[in-house]
Amino acid sequence: MIDELYSASAHWTWWIIPYFFLGGIAGGCYFISAMLDLVGDRDDRHLSRIGYLVAFPAISIGLLLLVLDLNQPLRFWHMLLRREDFIPMPFAFKWWSPISYGSWVISVFSGFAFVSFLAALVRPGDTPRRGPLGLFQKIHSGLGVFSKLFVLLGAIAGLWTASYTGALLSVTNRPIWANTNLLSVLFLVSGLSTAAALMYLLGRRRRSVSEDALHRLTRFDDLSLGVELIVILGTLATLAAVLGGLPSDWALTWGMVLGVTLLAVIVFGIIVPLAIGLRQSGGRSLVLASTLVLLGGLFLRAVVVFSAETMEKLG
Amino acid sequence: MPAAVPHGFYTDTTVCIGCKACEVACKQWNQLPASKGGAPQLSGQSYDNTLRLSGTDWRHVKFIEDFKTEDRSGGRWMMMSDVCKHCVKAGCLEVCPTGAIIRTEFDTVVIQSDVCNGCRACIAACPFGVIDINPANSVAMKCTLCYDRMKLDMTPACAQACPTASIQYGPIDELRDRAQKRVATLQAQGETRAQLYGADTSILGGLNSFYLLVDKPEVYGLPANPELPSRNLAASNAFSAIGAAVMGVIGLVSFRKRRMDRFAQQGNNE
Ligand code: SF4
Repeated sequence: MIDELYSASAHWTWWIIPYFFLGGIAGGCYFISAMLDLVGDRDDRHLSRIGYLVAFPAISIGLLLLVLDLNQPLRFWHMLLRREDFIPMPFAFKWWSPISYGSWVISVFSGFAFVSFLAALVRPGDTPRRGPLGLFQKIHSGLGVFSKLFVLLGAIAGLWTASYTGALLSVTNRPIWANTNLLSVLFLVSGLSTAAALMYLLGRRRRSVSEDALHRLTRFDDLSLGVELIVILGTLATLAAVLGGLPSDWALTWGMVLGVTLLAVIVFGIIVPLAIGLRQSGGRSLVLASTLVLLGGLFLRAVVVFSAETMEKLG
Repeated sequence: MPAAVPHGFYTDTTVCIGCKACEVACKQWNQLPASKGGAPQLSGQSYDNTLRLSGTDWRHVKFIEDFKTEDRSGGRWMMMSDVCKHCVKAGCLEVCPTGAIIRTEFDTVVIQSDVCNGCRACIAACPFGVIDINPANSVAMKCTLCYDRMKLDMTPACAQACPTASIQYGPIDELRDRAQKRVATLQAQGETRAQLYGADTSILGGLNSFYLLVDKPEVYGLPANPELPSRNLAASNAFSAIGAAVMGVIGLVSFRKRRMDRFAQQGNNE
């Protein structure tokens, strides 16, 4: 038996799974939009706008779920400020604890996502606006190098938002979560593939979004899925050594259910959409592929979370 | 006032009789509620109906019923009063994002319930499965080693109530000396499996609540080599940094292509 089996369940379940999913989507959408803005064409702005319009609502809903998951939701700010005197860092900040630095990462990312969301709201036609909205527009895209730096930093915060949740699970003493170091990169890549899939579904109906931009987005998604497949297989390989040390009654019940679900995620959430993408099929099959990627991303997180949450404490 | 030197528990499992006086004393002193409103709940598998440590059970007398052979020869019925180990390197304290978990002047680990917001990271971080949420106040709770009593130079309630001195309280150095002598006595009497768990620094820098066992730690439901959760931090972050760099390059290649195509097209036209 492995040592992690003597730890207890954190009861991170139904609020946390959609939060992990939305955090990945938010961070991934911001990253893709930032890339389109930074290295794409002027035409790509119509597609990047969709990403910014998704990122902020997604992280906001995610944050709400995160707060609701606390047993004392009204004390959520204790994560960021010291209770006695409201002093923030370094007193309420632990760089070695993902749940601590993650709270700061998502807060900072939400700030970037908020500015870019408002800028995207007023962006149609690129007419400079006056007033507060114009200010956001200016910060986001009207200040040359500064604006580029702004979206670049936002993209980095987005990637971190998508990935720290995996580190949060690995930096515990729970079985499976703590037995691999690849959950952070898995959530990162999966966040990007699901974000690209969602942006495709939202972008394909907009006439302003060019075919070419959509084509490059689906190619990015295919490459992300390829990397995700490698990371999933790597994760399973790192876990192979501990699988034998898990309780047999768990292996024959939850282990089976989660194993079959993971297999379905790999086949239908990664391999099938990848095959569709590589065959360069268009229209409906790409809609199917993107939907499968989204479902796969959600179920992947459920499998990872429940893998430890379903395991009873030993002793 | 006692001198602020590291204090803790030494639990000699060989003299525990399973009376659960420690459980009762802990509940009473710390005003911990009964689970499920006090409705009788029998585990149906043992005289142990507490079953595990929780937010409302900070002491738990484990009944280790070791009857492996058919004729029950060599059967053993061992008891161990389990509690927070007050680790010198504590996983719960390491991850706590609110600063609710602190180390006291006695080197013990205490959760401040007015600061805890119930994120439950400490539950998953503790290698011994000690902490849980107390439904009465919705925050994470566990043994405080009776910090309030310690401040008044009083013995923690469980150790005070223990009728066999299975739970002993005092300065850690003194407890270690006492425990080592007891191990030597037991070994001289032929109990060669007698060993201390957590008395030296090999387990999480030392456990301020350590045990005398007469079998492998796993037999008592204790991990053989518990570790800090942060052992995975560097590798997890390194892999995500590599992943981010790879995805950044993929993003660059995917989304830049059009410009490259245009340059290539211009090149062809010329
Ligand atoms: S035993 Fe668990 S709860 Fe107690 S100090 Fe160690 S890590 Fe924290």
